[in-house]
Amino acid sequence: MNKIVLEGLARAPVTESGPDPDGAALAELAASVNRAAMARLGRSLAIREVDAGSCNGCELEIHALNNAIYDLERFGLRFVASPRHADVLLVTGPVTKNMREALERTYNATPDPKWVVAVGDCAVDGGLFTGSYACVGGVGQVVPVDLHIRGCPPTPVQLLRGLLSLLTAAKAPANA
Amino acid sequence: MAVIESLMEKGRRVEGHRPWPRCVVDEALWRALAQGLAAGEATLLGLWGEPDAVHMALLDEERGSVAVATLPCPEGRFPSVAAVHMPALRLERSIRDLFGLEPQGAGDARPWLDHGRWGVRHPLGAAAPAPDGPPAAAYPFLPAEGEHLHQIPVGPVHAGIIEPGHFRFTASGETVVRLEERLGYVHKGLEGLMAGASLERAARLAARTSGDSTVAYGIAFARAVEAALGLEVPARAVWLRALMAELERLANHLGDIGAICNDAAFALMHAECGILREHVLRAAAAAFGHRLMMDRVVPGGVAADLDRQGAQAVRTLLERVRRRFPALVALYDNTASLQDRTVTTGRVKPELARLYGAGGYVGRACGRAFDARRSLAYPPYDRLDFEVPVFAAGDVDARVWVRIREVEQSLALVEQILRGLPQGPIRVDVPADAAARGGEGLAFAEAFRGEVLAWVRVDGQGRIARCHLRDASWFQWPLLEAAIEGNIVADFPLCNKSFNCSYSGHDV
Ligand code: SF4
Repeated sequence: MNKIVLEGLARAPVTESGPDPDGAALAELAASVNRAAMARLGRSLAIREVDAGSCNGCELEIHALNNAIYDLERFGLRFVASPRHADVLLVTGPVTKNMREALERTYNATPDPKWVVAVGDCAVDGGLFTGSYACVGGVGQVVPVDLHIRGCPPTPVQLLRGLLSLLTAAKAPANA
Repeated sequence: MAVIESLMEKGRRVEGHRPWPRCVVDEALWRALAQGLAAGEATLLGLWGEPDAVHMALLDEERGSVAVATLPCPEGRFPSVAAVHMPALRLERSIRDLFGLEPQGAGDARPWLDHGRWGVRHPLGAAAPAPDGPPAAAYPFLPAEGEHLHQIPVGPVHAGIIEPGHFRFTASGETVVRLEERLGYVHKGLEGLMAGASLERAARLAARTSGDSTVAYGIAFARAVEAALGLEVPARAVWLRALMAELERLANHLGDIGAICNDAAFALMHAECGILREHVLRAAAAAFGHRLMMDRVVPGGVAADLDRQGAQAVRTLLERVRRRFPALVALYDNTASLQDRTVTTGRVKPELARLYGAGGYVGRACGRAFDARRSLAYPPYDRLDFEVPVFAAGDVDARVWVRIREVEQSLALVEQILRGLPQGPIRVDVPADAAARGGEGLAFAEAFRGEVLAWVRVDGQGRIARCHLRDASWFQWPLLEAAIEGNIVADFPLCNKSFNCSYSGHDV
């Protein structure tokens, strides 16, 4: 193990990826998300993820934000385990009827001020699952949404871009 | 007599079901088949409904043969398979919820997918309106009685970035006495949306059954449609599908190996594996234009060709993983504190895995060698050289090792595919006469977590009349309940991660 740790210390940071054009924009994006959060909240941003019926594709990409290449946490953006610690709810899925109440309760457990981001085409308006007897269709049908991030699933870079635009938007958060 | 032979002999064969036979049976034969399952003479591959019939797919593992038995249910009921063969239980509860067909003698009258919130009962059968607010009565969990027992309810919203489901633990001190799962939270009514959908729309729906297995679902669904319509897919498309499937397997296994170690508080492995996973996704995006390769497999072929640059991205990926992965395997193997958490934890008994027909790493970690790529070989795997790694211990450690060895196998497969990839077209259109004929098809594809079953009936307008998709998780989730028994509560996340069952794939 020591060998791997030492190698890790010695090698160039993986976070700065080489040929990928997304890589260059990434650090800048994440840093500005954090600056905006500081201006708003005076501290870093706590995010709580809620799967409200996703196919789990969106979760995979939200997860990727945590890997060493995107390394969200170095900018003070972190995922928290409880809605009570969260500033932002990232909600995925077409809101199944079986998850509706859990989503409402999670929202109510999140202290103000708070933002809700609907992540993925399903969360925006039900997507492909529109019209199903088992889906409400769109997070906005259940809780107020501040931002929609499209994509099926949105890539990690699109997710970061979304968080940035949320915070730089002129309007104050809901219930501030 | 072998179960499938007796089905073929006594059942009435239905025309136009491909490639395996489907036979209509009477109640006596249905019961006999259930007995055959209980006696271990065949494995249950699937059990699904229609408004007026139930179907059961059977596998004879020794002979490698598959068949479907259909029991018409004019009275709205059928003899419960679960009454003698427990693996059918949740499938039957779902059939009752969705179609209103009553499994007689099942011994568990509780709903499964229906949480009383749909505003409709039996949505795929004789649908009847129902209130859609929160249900009046709480779900009755099974009792666990005894002194000093306490219950811990967890979910549906969990602490991490994972799918929703409810776990009800009954513990005696630290030790889990019983775990009962409650699922269905992400039921999206996908099979309802399938009915009447165009092939194109249905393929997109199938690809979203479980996002982590989108390629495998794409392949299973496309192959079922192609079987139903007698479509011949170009060789290059078949090979490109396998390339995507192996990239998907690599990404998921790498993610899982890291995540399991992370749940054993070993973050270094998680970080290293996460980097490799990310590189797989980037290579997939470079090669096929989408990180998860969603909607790249379509009935008739594939929607994206591999160009020189894409092939180069995959080759670079191979080199990168080959350079890094062996050191990570050695790290896993040589870290005593990590092994201390994974070895002997969450053991699945081989008999149970066999009984449930558990596929994927859950089955292969305790001696069940089933892999659809080999056991029900489909092209191009019949022409590729690979091993199906099998371990015996059935614990978290063995499930990690299956994944490690499969990463190595997938790397070798990707290399073979790049070398042998045929030239030519990547897609054929569905001919009008085939679409007008319609038909029924059954297919399997090996996803990273186990086999996916896809069954379709295409109507005379080239639309989906009925489609059933069955995730490997159906036969793995119940084993998680068994695996955690006698372990400490704190080891549950580790066990759960080592199973990594799909919620969405199960709830559909
Ligand atoms: S937007 Fe796409 S990836 Fe996300 S949950 Fe919906 S279907 Fe899955």
